[in-house]
Amino acid sequence: MASPLPVANAPARSVQTPAQRVAADFLANPVAVFGLGLLVLVVLAALFAPLISPQNPYDLAQLDVMDSRLPPGSPAPNGGHFWLGTDDQGRDMLSAIFYGLRISLAVGVISTVCALVIGLTMGLTAAYFGGKFETLVMRIVDIQLSFPAILIALILIAVLGQGTGKVITALVTVQWAYYARTVRSAALVEKRREYMEAARCLALSPSRIVFRHLLPNCLPPMIVVATVQVAAAIALEATLSFLGLGLPITEPSLGLLIANGYQYLLSGKYWISFFPGIALLLTIVSINLVADQLRDVLNPRLQK
Amino acid sequence: MLVFIIRRSMQSVVVLLVMSLLVFVGVYAIGNPIDILINPQADQAERAQAIASLGLDKPLYAQYFTFLSGALHGDLGKSFVHATSALGLILERMPATMELAISATLIAVVLGIPLGLLAGLRPNGVAGRSIMAGSILGFSLPTFWVGLMLIMVFAVELHWLPSNGRGPTTLLFGLIPVSFMSWDGLKHLVLPATNLALFNLALLIRLTRAGTHEALLQDYVKFARAKGLANSRVIGVHVLRNILIPIVTVIGLQFGALIGFAIVTESVFAWPGMGKLLIDSINFLDRPVIVAYLLVIVFLFILINLVVDILYSALDPRVRISESKG
Repeated sequence: MASPLPVANAPARSVQTPAQRVAADFLANPVAVFGLGLLVLVVLAALFAPLISPQNPYDLAQLDVMDSRLPPGSPAPNGGHFWLGTDDQGRDMLSAIFYGLRISLAVGVISTVCALVIGLTMGLTAAYFGGKFETLVMRIVDIQLSFPAILIALILIAVLGQGTGKVITALVTVQWAYYARTVRSAALVEKRREYMEAARCLALSPSRIVFRHLLPNCLPPMIVVATVQVAAAIALEATLSFLGLGLPITEPSLGLLIANGYQYLLSGKYWISFFPGIALLLTIVSINLVADQLRDVLNPRLQK
Repeated sequence: MLVFIIRRSMQSVVVLLVMSLLVFVGVYAIGNPIDILINPQADQAERAQAIASLGLDKPLYAQYFTFLSGALHGDLGKSFVHATSALGLILERMPATMELAISATLIAVVLGIPLGLLAGLRPNGVAGRSIMAGSILGFSLPTFWVGLMLIMVFAVELHWLPSNGRGPTTLLFGLIPVSFMSWDGLKHLVLPATNLALFNLALLIRLTRAGTHEALLQDYVKFARAKGLANSRVIGVHVLRNILIPIVTVIGLQFGALIGFAIVTESVFAWPGMGKLLIDSINFLDRPVIVAYLLVIVFLFILINLVVDILYSALDPRVRISESKG
């Protein structure tokens, strides 16, 4: 899930493709570049977790209860160090965080992609066909967006029950409305353009017009919303897991790691909750920094 | 104006009916209502009796009307765990949540508007830039983790404030139990309220800054300055008044969101409110309480939205006109 944009190393030429222009504009802001760099590191850590972790935190043979709740920097039996301490099972926190990052990112990205597909389809068809269908879809979106995401997710979990698939279902249900609303407003503008009229004059099928002509032109705002929503999905999943209503213990995301450390926090053993929280924070902040710059770069009104 | 209020109220009733239908379908039709509404520890005879008394042997539409008439009479079932009325249980916890949400709103308003104003007046100064950077953190930090860190710093390390619970409560107007009337209660309130306020604080800072930024470029501000009015008067009267309408709306609408977010804060700080009750009920599979919570929260939200809409149209006549046209 690294940057979807090709990185332009070549100096700006007089004629740029749109992708090159976007990449050049994006790289002009050092804060955004920092965010992107951080995000790349986070994604790499998640992808290569088994290779870079000092131990496999879920292989019971590698754990020793004697090592439990050690403070950061304690020496490990294999000659290394527990740089971020250990949890109540004697698990190296650094390794647990790398593995947790994997699960958190995977759930965030999967639910965002599903929500994007559903939201895009609903919003585009609503905007294109209009009428009663549009009114119905937008009414549902309005009602849903007037309730906080956490509340809707909790209600769904309460009704559906717990489990990874159900958490993803809840996240998708919460998120599709944002995409539907954004893409509809973009599509309503695009619908009045000449190329749409031309496509209709050629008697192309509605599905071809919607997905081949309308969709590509509505994508820029969707990229921004999707980026922000990945961060929101990760935060929401972490919150649900912290409340004990998210992913099962067999798939310990960052939220679950933080929840595990909660009870030890009061006795001053801060590291079990603190470091997974920092990892979560870095992930969310880096995604938000990238999204912030994408919003400026992709906004046609701000183009030089 | 009256027509507008009546029309909006009618819409609210429709939304409430739709939501009650959704909750009903979700709980009674998708899941197995017998598992959901009857205590799993009940024996065969009790089960049969409960099925008959809940009317689960009747057709679905008849069940919905039974459910609806029960809801209208304030009967939303009995809690399995507490063996009392589910609705009563929620209403009992409501003051704690309301106190938390109101305190959080106050903190956000008292800090957010001046900070946003400052950032808007000096967008390139050190203070302005740090305030904006801080507000990005406010959006990015997950609420529950900030809560944990507040406990870690102020309760565990510094021992300044208690880490959980509500502390002693006193009765306000002889009716409503509140914490803020006693020193100890106030100390219990500070951390959870601050935690809950952070998101709204960041939102208000951004909103106030954007409004100030825009208002400063307007002709009426230039004219006020040209008249030689004191800076404090230009900002306090000309700028602030004009940016207040969107701010009031957002504060109102966010109040509902606060009640939702309070679920997380209440869980972190073991604050005995409705949100904590919801989480406990989900964990204990105490479904009547979950259903009752949903209906109460939907009702609260619709009420808040209605009040905000009416206030908004009272503050800004343009809304009223465009609404009645459309």
